[in-house]
Amino acid sequence: MDVKVKAVVIDKEGLKRTISRLAFEIIERNHGVDKIAIVGVRTRGAFVAERIVKRIEELEGKRVPYGVLDITLYRDDFRKRLRQPVVQVTDIPFEIDDIPVVIVDDVLFTGRTSRAAMDALMDFGRPAAIELAVLVDRGHRELPIHADYVGKSIPTSIGEEVQVRLKESDGEDCVLLVESPKEAQ
Amino acid sequence: MPLQQKHLLGLEGVSAADITAILETARTFREILERPIPKVPTLRGQTVVNLFFEPSTRTRISFELAEKRLSADSVNFTTSSSSVKKGETLKDTIRNIAAMKIDMVVVRHQSAGVPLFLTRCVDAAIINAGDGAHEHPTQALLDMFTLREKFGRLEGLRVAIIGDISHSRVAGSNIRGLVTMGAEVLLCGPRTLMPREVERFGVRVTHDIEEAIAWADVLNVLRIQLERQEAGLFPSLREYHAEFGVTLPRLERAKKEITIMHPGPINRGVELDSDVADADYSVILDQVTNGVAVRMAVLYLLSGNEESVG
Repeated sequence: MDVKVKAVVIDKEGLKRTISRLAFEIIERNHGVDKIAIVGVRTRGAFVAERIVKRIEELEGKRVPYGVLDITLYRDDFRKRLRQPVVQVTDIPFEIDDIPVVIVDDVLFTGRTSRAAMDALMDFGRPAAIELAVLVDRGHRELPIHADYVGKSIPTSIGEEVQVRLKESDGEDCVLLVESPKEAQ
Repeated sequence: MPLQQKHLLGLEGVSAADITAILETARTFREILERPIPKVPTLRGQTVVNLFFEPSTRTRISFELAEKRLSADSVNFTTSSSSVKKGETLKDTIRNIAAMKIDMVVVRHQSAGVPLFLTRCVDAAIINAGDGAHEHPTQALLDMFTLREKFGRLEGLRVAIIGDISHSRVAGSNIRGLVTMGAEVLLCGPRTLMPREVERFGVRVTHDIEEAIAWADVLNVLRIQLERQEAGLFPSLREYHAEFGVTLPRLERAKKEITIMHPGPINRGVELDSDVADADYSVILDQVTNGVAVRMAVLYLLSGNEESVG
Protein backbone atom coordinates (compact mmCIF):
# COMPACT_ATOMS: atom_id res chain seq x y z
CA MET A 1 0.00 0.00 0.00
CA ASP A 2 1.37 3.39 -1.00
CA VAL A 3 0.58 5.73 1.86
CA LYS A 4 2.86 8.29 3.37
CA VAL A 5 3.43 7.62 7.08
CA LYS A 6 3.77 10.88 8.98
CA ALA A 7 4.33 9.48 12.45
CA VAL A 8 4.17 6.37 14.56
CA VAL A 9 1.87 7.56 17.33
CA ILE A 10 1.81 4.38 19.39
CA ASP A 11 4.39 1.62 19.04
CA LYS A 12 4.20 -2.03 20.05
CA GLU A 13 5.10 -1.55 23.70
CA GLY A 14 3.01 1.59 23.94
CA LEU A 15 0.00 -0.30 22.61
CA LYS A 16 0.40 -2.92 25.30
CA ARG A 17 0.52 -0.25 28.01
CA THR A 18 -2.45 1.59 26.55
CA ILE A 19 -4.54 -1.59 26.57
CA SER A 20 -3.47 -2.15 30.18
CA ARG A 21 -4.54 1.32 31.21
CA LEU A 22 -7.91 0.98 29.48
CA ALA A 23 -8.43 -2.30 31.35
CA PHE A 24 -7.57 -0.64 34.70
CA GLU A 25 -9.89 2.28 34.04
CA ILE A 26 -12.79 0.00 33.12
CA ILE A 27 -12.27 -2.01 36.31
CA GLU A 28 -11.97 1.10 38.48
CA ARG A 29 -14.96 2.91 37.11
CA ASN A 30 -17.23 -0.11 37.37
CA HIS A 31 -15.97 -1.09 40.87
CA GLY A 32 -14.73 -4.42 39.62
CA VAL A 33 -15.99 -6.44 36.72
CA ASP A 34 -18.68 -8.60 38.33
CA LYS A 35 -21.49 -7.18 36.29
CA ILE A 36 -20.10 -5.66 33.11
CA ALA A 37 -19.83 -7.00 29.58
CA ILE A 38 -17.57 -5.95 26.72
CA VAL A 39 -18.53 -5.76 23.07
CA GLY A 40 -16.09 -5.02 20.25
CA VAL A 41 -16.97 -3.42 16.93
CA ARG A 42 -15.76 -5.43 13.95
CA THR A 43 -13.08 -5.64 12.73
CA ARG A 44 -10.29 -4.05 14.75
CA GLY A 45 -12.46 -2.93 17.64
CA ALA A 46 -13.16 -6.60 18.28
CA PHE A 47 -9.45 -7.38 18.51
CA VAL A 48 -8.86 -4.46 20.88
CA ALA A 49 -11.82 -5.65 22.98
CA GLU A 50 -10.43 -9.15 23.08
CA ARG A 51 -7.11 -7.87 24.40
CA ILE A 52 -8.82 -5.76 27.06
CA VAL A 53 -10.84 -8.80 28.14
CA LYS A 54 -7.63 -10.80 28.41
CA ARG A 55 -5.91 -8.09 30.44
CA ILE A 56 -8.87 -7.77 32.79
CA GLU A 57 -8.76 -11.52 33.31
CA GLU A 58 -5.07 -11.29 34.27
CA LEU A 59 -5.81 -8.47 36.70
CA GLU A 60 -9.08 -9.61 38.26
CA GLY A 61 -9.03 -13.35 37.63
CA LYS A 62 -12.40 -13.18 35.98
CA ARG A 63 -13.39 -13.41 32.34
CA VAL A 64 -16.06 -10.85 31.49
CA PRO A 65 -18.74 -11.73 28.93
CA TYR A 66 -17.43 -10.72 25.52
CA GLY A 67 -19.22 -10.22 22.20
CA VAL A 68 -18.72 -8.88 18.71
CA LEU A 69 -20.89 -6.40 16.83
CA ASP A 70 -21.04 -5.95 13.07
CA ILE A 71 -22.58 -2.56 12.40
CA THR A 72 -22.67 -2.65 8.61
CA LEU A 73 -26.46 -2.89 8.49
CA TYR A 74 -26.86 0.10 10.81
CA ARG A 75 -24.67 2.53 8.91
CA ASP A 76 -26.18 5.85 7.91
CA ASP A 77 -24.22 6.08 4.66
CA PHE A 78 -25.69 2.90 3.19
CA ARG A 79 -27.45 4.67 0.34
CA LYS A 80 -24.42 6.80 -0.43
CA ARG A 81 -22.09 3.94 -1.02
CA LEU A 82 -21.35 2.60 -4.44
CA ARG A 83 -20.55 -0.88 -3.18
CA GLN A 84 -21.73 -2.19 0.09
CA PRO A 85 -19.20 -3.70 2.44
CA VAL A 86 -19.32 -7.37 3.31
CA VAL A 87 -21.52 -7.97 6.31
CA GLN A 88 -20.25 -10.32 8.95
CA VAL A 89 -21.94 -12.12 11.78
CA THR A 90 -22.69 -10.38 15.06
CA ASP A 91 -22.13 -12.63 18.07
CA ILE A 92 -23.36 -11.60 21.51
CA PRO A 93 -23.67 -14.85 23.44
CA PHE A 94 -25.09 -13.38 26.67
CA GLU A 95 -27.99 -11.26 27.94
CA ILE A 96 -27.21 -7.55 27.96
CA ASP A 97 -30.31 -6.53 29.94
CA ASP A 98 -29.64 -4.45 33.06
CA ILE A 99 -25.83 -4.59 32.98
CA PRO A 100 -23.37 -1.90 31.85
CA VAL A 101 -21.94 -2.75 28.43
CA VAL A 102 -18.65 -1.29 27.23
CA ILE A 103 -18.47 -0.82 23.47
CA VAL A 104 -14.89 -0.97 22.22
CA ASP A 105 -13.69 0.49 18.92
CA ASP A 106 -10.27 1.25 17.49
CA VAL A 107 -10.71 4.84 16.28
CA LEU A 108 -13.29 7.44 17.30
CA PHE A 109 -13.74 9.92 14.46
CA THR A 110 -17.12 11.31 13.35
CA GLY A 111 -19.04 9.30 15.95
CA ARG A 112 -21.23 7.72 13.29
CA THR A 113 -19.87 4.24 13.87
CA SER A 114 -20.49 4.58 17.62
CA ARG A 115 -24.05 5.73 16.93
CA ALA A 116 -24.59 2.68 14.72
CA ALA A 117 -23.02 0.42 17.36
CA MET A 118 -25.38 1.76 20.05
CA ASP A 119 -28.40 1.21 17.81
CA ALA A 120 -27.26 -2.30 17.01
CA LEU A 121 -26.68 -3.09 20.69
CA MET A 122 -30.13 -1.80 21.68
CA ASP A 123 -31.70 -4.40 19.40
CA PHE A 124 -30.33 -7.06 21.74
CA GLY A 125 -31.93 -5.70 24.87
CA ARG A 126 -31.77 -2.84 27.35
CA PRO A 127 -28.37 -2.45 28.97
CA ALA A 128 -28.20 -0.58 32.30
CA ALA A 129 -25.68 1.75 30.64
CA ILE A 130 -23.51 1.88 27.56
CA GLU A 131 -19.92 3.07 27.86
CA LEU A 132 -17.51 3.73 25.01
CA ALA A 133 -13.83 2.79 24.99
CA VAL A 134 -11.57 3.68 22.07
CA LEU A 135 -7.90 3.16 21.37
CA VAL A 136 -7.57 6.49 19.54
CA ASP A 137 -9.71 9.62 19.51
CA ARG A 138 -8.82 11.65 16.44
CA GLY A 139 -11.45 14.40 16.78
CA HIS A 140 -13.76 15.80 14.06
CA ARG A 141 -17.00 14.63 15.68
CA GLU A 142 -20.20 15.04 13.68
CA LEU A 143 -22.48 13.72 16.41
CA PRO A 144 -22.72 14.50 20.14
CA ILE A 145 -20.75 11.46 21.18
CA HIS A 146 -18.01 11.25 23.79
CA ALA A 147 -15.76 8.35 24.77
CA ASP A 148 -15.60 7.25 28.42
CA TYR A 149 -12.17 5.63 28.01
CA VAL A 150 -9.61 6.97 25.56
CA GLY A 151 -6.28 5.27 24.83
CA LYS A 152 -4.77 8.32 23.19
CA SER A 153 -6.11 11.59 21.83
CA ILE A 154 -4.47 12.49 18.54
CA PRO A 155 -5.33 15.86 17.02
CA THR A 156 -5.52 15.34 13.26
CA SER A 157 -6.34 17.32 10.16
CA ILE A 158 -9.06 16.06 7.84
CA GLY A 159 -6.47 15.13 5.21
CA GLU A 160 -4.87 12.69 7.59
CA GLU A 161 -5.88 9.24 8.64
CA VAL A 162 -5.21 7.18 11.73
CA GLN A 163 -4.29 3.60 10.96
CA VAL A 164 -4.52 1.09 13.74
CA ARG A 165 -2.50 -1.97 12.83
CA LEU A 166 -2.96 -5.07 14.92
CA LYS A 167 -1.23 -8.44 14.82
CA GLU A 168 -4.56 -10.22 14.34
CA SER A 169 -5.40 -8.39 11.12
CA ASP A 170 -2.26 -6.64 9.91
CA GLY A 171 0.65 -8.65 11.26
CA GLU A 172 2.05 -5.93 13.52
CA ASP A 173 1.07 -3.81 16.53
CA CYS A 174 1.20 -0.04 16.10
CA VAL A 175 -0.85 3.08 15.41
CA LEU A 176 0.22 5.27 12.49
CA LEU A 177 -0.69 8.76 11.38
CA VAL A 178 -0.77 8.74 7.58
CA GLU A 179 -1.65 11.02 4.69
CA SER A 180 -5.10 9.97 3.42
CA PRO A 181 -4.96 8.26 0.07
CA LYS A 182 -6.56 10.67 -2.43
CA GLU A 183 -9.14 8.31 -3.89
CA ALA A 184 -10.57 7.64 -0.44
CA GLN A 185 -11.52 11.29 0.03
CA MET B 1 -18.67 -8.00 -2.05
CA PRO B 2 -21.13 -6.58 -4.57
CA LEU B 3 -22.91 -8.90 -6.97
CA GLN B 4 -22.11 -8.89 -10.64
CA GLN B 5 -25.75 -8.53 -11.60
CA LYS B 6 -28.36 -5.89 -11.00
CA HIS B 7 -31.26 -8.36 -11.00
CA LEU B 8 -31.84 -11.92 -9.85
CA LEU B 9 -33.69 -13.52 -12.76
CA GLY B 10 -32.36 -17.02 -12.27
CA LEU B 11 -29.22 -18.94 -11.37
CA GLU B 12 -28.26 -19.54 -14.99
CA GLY B 13 -25.01 -17.73 -15.61
CA VAL B 14 -24.64 -16.65 -11.97
CA SER B 15 -21.04 -17.27 -10.90
CA ALA B 16 -19.96 -19.43 -7.99
CA ALA B 17 -18.51 -16.26 -6.43
CA ASP B 18 -21.88 -14.51 -6.49
CA ILE B 19 -23.73 -17.54 -5.13
CA THR B 20 -21.14 -17.82 -2.35
CA ALA B 21 -21.51 -14.10 -1.58
CA ILE B 22 -25.29 -14.49 -1.22
CA LEU B 23 -24.97 -17.59 0.98
CA GLU B 24 -22.33 -15.96 3.18
CA THR B 25 -24.41 -12.80 3.59
CA ALA B 26 -27.43 -14.93 4.46
CA ARG B 27 -25.56 -16.26 7.50
CA THR B 28 -25.49 -12.75 8.92
CA PHE B 29 -29.21 -12.38 8.41
CA ARG B 30 -29.85 -15.82 9.89
CA GLU B 31 -28.31 -14.53 13.11
CA ILE B 32 -30.45 -11.38 13.02
CA LEU B 33 -33.59 -13.53 12.91
CA GLU B 34 -32.58 -15.00 16.30
CA ARG B 35 -32.36 -11.60 18.03
CA PRO B 36 -34.90 -10.22 20.50
CA ILE B 37 -35.59 -7.50 17.91
CA PRO B 38 -35.13 -9.26 14.60
CA LYS B 39 -35.00 -6.14 12.50
CA VAL B 40 -32.30 -3.88 11.05
CA PRO B 41 -32.69 -0.39 9.57
CA THR B 42 -30.69 -1.12 6.43
CA LEU B 43 -33.30 -0.64 3.68
CA ARG B 44 -35.13 2.26 5.28
CA GLY B 45 -36.72 4.37 2.59
CA GLN B 46 -36.54 1.71 -0.10
CA THR B 47 -39.78 0.52 -1.63
CA VAL B 48 -40.33 -3.04 -2.77
CA VAL B 49 -43.35 -4.21 -4.74
CA ASN B 50 -44.38 -7.84 -4.46
CA LEU B 51 -46.04 -8.59 -7.76
CA PHE B 52 -47.73 -11.97 -7.62
CA PHE B 53 -49.63 -13.07 -10.70
CA GLU B 54 -49.89 -16.59 -9.36
CA PRO B 55 -51.16 -17.73 -5.99
CA SER B 56 -48.40 -18.19 -3.43
CA THR B 57 -48.46 -18.28 0.32
CA ARG B 58 -45.08 -19.14 1.66
CA THR B 59 -42.88 -17.45 -0.92
CA ARG B 60 -44.85 -14.24 -0.67
CA ILE B 61 -44.88 -14.26 3.13
CA SER B 62 -41.19 -15.10 3.18
CA PHE B 63 -40.35 -12.17 0.90
CA GLU B 64 -42.65 -9.86 2.82
CA LEU B 65 -41.03 -10.80 6.12
CA ALA B 66 -37.57 -10.37 4.64
CA GLU B 67 -38.50 -6.88 3.44
CA LYS B 68 -39.97 -5.91 6.80
CA ARG B 69 -36.98 -7.27 8.73
CA LEU B 70 -34.79 -4.96 6.61
CA SER B 71 -37.12 -1.99 7.25
CA ALA B 72 -38.07 -1.61 3.58
CA ASP B 73 -41.56 -0.41 2.68
CA SER B 74 -43.41 -3.13 0.84
CA VAL B 75 -46.56 -3.15 -1.21
CA ASN B 76 -48.38 -6.25 -2.35
CA PHE B 77 -50.00 -6.64 -5.69
CA THR B 78 -51.97 -9.80 -6.35
CA THR B 79 -53.97 -10.56 -9.47
CA SER B 80 -57.14 -11.56 -7.68
CA SER B 81 -57.64 -7.99 -6.48
CA SER B 82 -56.06 -5.95 -9.22
CA SER B 83 -56.51 -4.19 -12.50
CA VAL B 84 -55.21 -7.26 -14.35
CA LYS B 85 -58.75 -8.58 -13.86
CA LYS B 86 -59.93 -5.54 -15.75
CA GLY B 87 -57.81 -6.42 -18.76
CA GLU B 88 -54.69 -4.34 -18.20
CA THR B 89 -51.57 -5.61 -19.97
CA LEU B 90 -48.49 -6.69 -18.05
CA LYS B 91 -46.46 -3.82 -19.44
CA ASP B 92 -49.04 -1.23 -18.42
CA THR B 93 -49.33 -2.76 -14.98
CA ILE B 94 -45.63 -2.59 -14.30
CA ARG B 95 -45.15 0.86 -15.80
CA ASN B 96 -47.91 2.23 -13.65
CA ILE B 97 -46.37 0.71 -10.56
CA ALA B 98 -42.93 2.00 -11.53
CA ALA B 99 -44.32 5.49 -11.98
CA MET B 100 -44.93 5.46 -8.22
CA LYS B 101 -41.12 5.40 -7.67
CA ILE B 102 -40.10 1.99 -6.51
CA ASP B 103 -36.70 0.45 -5.97
CA MET B 104 -37.27 -3.27 -6.34
CA VAL B 105 -39.86 -5.65 -7.74
CA VAL B 106 -40.35 -9.23 -6.59
CA VAL B 107 -42.31 -11.01 -9.29
CA ARG B 108 -44.02 -14.36 -9.71
CA HIS B 109 -45.76 -15.19 -12.95
CA GLN B 110 -47.11 -18.30 -14.68
CA SER B 111 -45.09 -17.50 -17.81
CA ALA B 112 -41.35 -18.03 -18.09
CA GLY B 113 -39.43 -14.90 -18.99
CA VAL B 114 -41.70 -12.34 -17.34
CA PRO B 115 -38.96 -11.16 -14.91
CA LEU B 116 -36.59 -10.60 -17.84
CA PHE B 117 -39.32 -8.73 -19.69
CA LEU B 118 -39.83 -6.46 -16.67
CA THR B 119 -36.15 -5.47 -16.62
CA ARG B 120 -36.78 -3.86 -20.02
CA CYS B 121 -39.88 -1.98 -18.84
CA VAL B 122 -38.69 -0.42 -15.60
CA ASP B 123 -35.60 0.88 -13.91
CA ALA B 124 -35.86 -1.15 -10.73
CA ALA B 125 -34.05 -4.26 -9.53
CA ILE B 126 -36.12 -7.33 -10.44
CA ILE B 127 -36.15 -10.48 -8.32
CA ASN B 128 -37.69 -13.61 -9.81
CA ALA B 129 -39.94 -15.38 -7.29
CA GLY B 130 -40.85 -18.09 -9.81
CA ASP B 131 -41.60 -17.80 -13.51
CA GLY B 132 -43.48 -20.65 -15.18
CA ALA B 133 -41.44 -23.84 -15.34
CA HIS B 134 -38.23 -21.84 -15.74
CA GLU B 135 -36.53 -20.74 -12.51
CA HIS B 136 -37.17 -20.01 -8.84
CA PRO B 137 -33.73 -18.81 -7.81
CA THR B 138 -34.36 -17.85 -4.17
CA GLN B 139 -35.76 -21.34 -3.48
CA ALA B 140 -32.60 -22.94 -4.87
CA LEU B 141 -30.45 -20.49 -2.89
CA LEU B 142 -32.23 -21.34 0.34
CA ASP B 143 -31.88 -25.06 -0.45
CA MET B 144 -28.17 -24.58 -1.01
CA PHE B 145 -27.86 -22.44 2.14
CA THR B 146 -29.56 -25.18 4.18
CA LEU B 147 -27.20 -27.82 2.77
CA ARG B 148 -24.14 -25.66 3.26
CA GLU B 149 -25.03 -25.04 6.90
CA LYS B 150 -25.61 -28.76 7.48
CA PHE B 151 -22.67 -30.22 5.55
CA GLY B 152 -20.27 -27.28 5.57
CA ARG B 153 -19.80 -27.54 1.81
CA LEU B 154 -21.62 -28.03 -1.48
CA GLU B 155 -18.75 -29.34 -3.54
CA GLY B 156 -18.96 -33.07 -4.07
CA LEU B 157 -22.27 -33.33 -2.24
CA ARG B 158 -24.64 -35.86 -3.82
CA VAL B 159 -28.08 -34.36 -4.29
CA ALA B 160 -30.94 -36.32 -5.86
CA ILE B 161 -33.93 -34.29 -7.05
CA ILE B 162 -37.04 -36.46 -7.11
CA GLY B 163 -40.31 -35.90 -8.97
CA ASP B 164 -41.72 -33.76 -11.76
CA ILE B 165 -38.52 -32.31 -13.20
CA SER B 166 -40.18 -31.07 -16.42
CA HIS B 167 -42.58 -28.66 -14.81
CA SER B 168 -40.47 -27.67 -11.82
CA ARG B 169 -38.79 -24.29 -11.60
CA VAL B 170 -37.40 -25.39 -8.24
CA ALA B 171 -35.54 -28.15 -10.07
CA GLY B 172 -34.56 -25.68 -12.81
CA SER B 173 -32.80 -23.38 -10.39
CA ASN B 174 -31.41 -26.11 -8.14
CA ILE B 175 -29.79 -27.92 -11.06
CA ARG B 176 -28.08 -24.76 -12.32
CA GLY B 177 -26.95 -23.60 -8.88
CA LEU B 178 -25.77 -26.97 -7.58
CA VAL B 179 -23.81 -27.74 -10.73
CA THR B 180 -22.14 -24.31 -10.56
CA MET B 181 -21.19 -24.95 -6.94
CA GLY B 182 -19.65 -28.33 -7.76
CA ALA B 183 -22.30 -30.63 -6.29
CA GLU B 184 -23.24 -33.89 -8.03
CA VAL B 185 -26.86 -33.97 -9.15
CA LEU B 186 -29.06 -36.96 -9.97
CA LEU B 187 -32.59 -36.49 -11.27
CA CYS B 188 -35.19 -39.14 -10.59
CA GLY B 189 -38.77 -39.28 -11.84
CA PRO B 190 -41.15 -40.81 -14.37
CA ARG B 191 -40.05 -40.61 -18.02
CA THR B 192 -43.11 -38.49 -18.80
CA LEU B 193 -41.97 -35.85 -16.29
CA MET B 194 -38.28 -35.79 -17.28
CA PRO B 195 -37.10 -33.19 -19.80
CA ARG B 196 -35.30 -34.55 -22.87
CA GLU B 197 -31.54 -34.10 -22.99
CA VAL B 198 -31.48 -32.73 -19.45
CA GLU B 199 -28.05 -34.41 -19.09
CA ARG B 200 -26.63 -31.44 -20.98
CA PHE B 201 -26.83 -29.50 -17.72
CA GLY B 202 -24.20 -31.83 -16.28
CA VAL B 203 -26.56 -34.09 -14.30
CA ARG B 204 -27.42 -37.80 -14.35
CA VAL B 205 -30.91 -39.26 -14.74
CA THR B 206 -32.48 -42.36 -13.27
CA HIS B 207 -36.01 -43.71 -13.13
CA ASP B 208 -35.32 -45.94 -10.14
CA ILE B 209 -36.02 -44.34 -6.76
CA GLU B 210 -34.09 -47.06 -4.89
CA GLU B 211 -30.99 -46.28 -6.93
CA ALA B 212 -31.36 -42.58 -6.18
CA ILE B 213 -31.70 -43.22 -2.44
CA ALA B 214 -28.72 -45.58 -2.40
CA TRP B 215 -26.53 -42.98 -4.12
CA ALA B 216 -27.56 -39.70 -2.52
CA ASP B 217 -26.55 -37.72 0.58
CA VAL B 218 -29.64 -35.56 0.13
CA LEU B 219 -33.08 -36.06 -1.40
CA ASN B 220 -34.82 -32.91 -2.58
CA VAL B 221 -38.38 -34.16 -3.08
CA LEU B 222 -40.55 -32.04 -5.36
CA ARG B 223 -44.26 -31.50 -5.05
CA ILE B 224 -46.41 -33.49 -7.45
CA GLN B 225 -49.05 -31.27 -9.00
CA LEU B 226 -52.40 -32.95 -9.18
CA GLU B 227 -53.12 -31.43 -12.58
CA ARG B 228 -50.26 -33.44 -14.11
CA GLN B 229 -52.16 -36.59 -13.35
CA GLU B 230 -55.27 -35.12 -14.93
CA ALA B 231 -53.14 -34.40 -18.01
CA GLY B 232 -52.33 -38.12 -18.15
CA LEU B 233 -48.63 -37.86 -17.36
CA PHE B 234 -48.90 -40.54 -14.71
CA PRO B 235 -51.74 -42.99 -14.04
CA SER B 236 -52.69 -42.18 -10.44
CA LEU B 237 -51.37 -40.69 -7.25
CA ARG B 238 -51.30 -44.15 -5.72
CA GLU B 239 -49.17 -45.45 -8.54
CA TYR B 240 -46.86 -42.46 -8.32
CA HIS B 241 -46.45 -43.15 -4.62
CA ALA B 242 -45.75 -46.82 -5.26
CA GLU B 243 -43.10 -46.04 -7.90
CA PHE B 244 -41.47 -42.85 -6.67
CA GLY B 245 -42.75 -42.11 -3.15
CA VAL B 246 -40.07 -41.50 -0.53
CA THR B 247 -41.11 -43.89 2.22
CA LEU B 248 -39.62 -45.06 5.50
CA PRO B 249 -39.08 -48.68 4.34
CA ARG B 250 -37.19 -47.42 1.28
CA LEU B 251 -34.92 -45.21 3.42
CA GLU B 252 -34.38 -48.01 5.94
CA ARG B 253 -33.28 -50.36 3.19
CA ALA B 254 -30.56 -47.88 2.24
CA LYS B 255 -29.11 -48.21 5.79
CA LYS B 256 -27.50 -44.78 5.93
CA GLU B 257 -27.94 -41.21 7.03
CA ILE B 258 -29.87 -39.21 4.44
CA THR B 259 -31.18 -35.63 4.49
CA ILE B 260 -34.70 -34.89 3.26
CA MET B 261 -35.74 -31.59 1.69
CA HIS B 262 -39.01 -30.42 0.19
CA PRO B 263 -39.93 -26.97 -1.14
CA GLY B 264 -43.50 -27.32 0.17
CA PRO B 265 -46.39 -27.59 0.29
CA ILE B 266 -46.11 -31.34 0.86
CA ASN B 267 -48.60 -33.85 -0.50
CA ARG B 268 -48.28 -36.20 2.44
CA GLY B 269 -48.51 -39.82 1.34
CA VAL B 270 -47.88 -38.99 -2.32
CA GLU B 271 -44.31 -37.88 -2.96
CA LEU B 272 -43.29 -38.01 0.69
CA ASP B 273 -44.58 -40.07 3.63
CA SER B 274 -45.52 -38.29 6.84
CA ASP B 275 -43.08 -40.21 9.04
CA VAL B 276 -40.24 -39.20 6.71
CA ALA B 277 -41.31 -35.57 6.42
CA ASP B 278 -41.41 -35.23 10.22
CA ALA B 279 -38.26 -37.24 10.98
CA ASP B 280 -35.22 -35.58 12.54
CA TYR B 281 -33.21 -35.99 9.34
CA SER B 282 -35.78 -33.85 7.52
CA VAL B 283 -34.70 -30.20 7.18
CA ILE B 284 -37.96 -28.97 5.68
CA LEU B 285 -38.71 -26.43 8.41
CA ASP B 286 -35.10 -25.22 8.43
CA GLN B 287 -35.58 -24.48 4.75
CA VAL B 288 -38.51 -22.21 5.59
CA THR B 289 -36.58 -20.28 8.27
CA ASN B 290 -33.51 -20.02 6.07
CA GLY B 291 -35.69 -18.75 3.23
CA VAL B 292 -36.27 -15.46 5.03
CA ALA B 293 -32.53 -15.00 5.66
CA VAL B 294 -31.59 -15.83 2.08
CA ARG B 295 -34.20 -13.42 0.69
CA MET B 296 -32.90 -10.71 3.03
CA ALA B 297 -29.43 -11.31 1.64
CA VAL B 298 -30.65 -11.03 -1.95
CA LEU B 299 -32.60 -7.83 -1.24
CA TYR B 300 -29.64 -6.35 0.60
CA LEU B 301 -27.06 -7.18 -2.04
CA LEU B 302 -29.20 -6.04 -4.97
CA SER B 303 -30.19 -2.81 -3.25
CA GLY B 304 -26.54 -1.78 -3.07
CA ASN B 305 -26.01 -2.08 -6.78
CA GLU B 306 -27.68 1.17 -7.67
CA GLU B 307 -25.75 4.19 -8.81
CA SER B 308 -24.27 6.21 -5.99
CA VAL B 309 -26.36 9.20 -4.95
CA GLY B 310 -23.66 10.81 -2.80
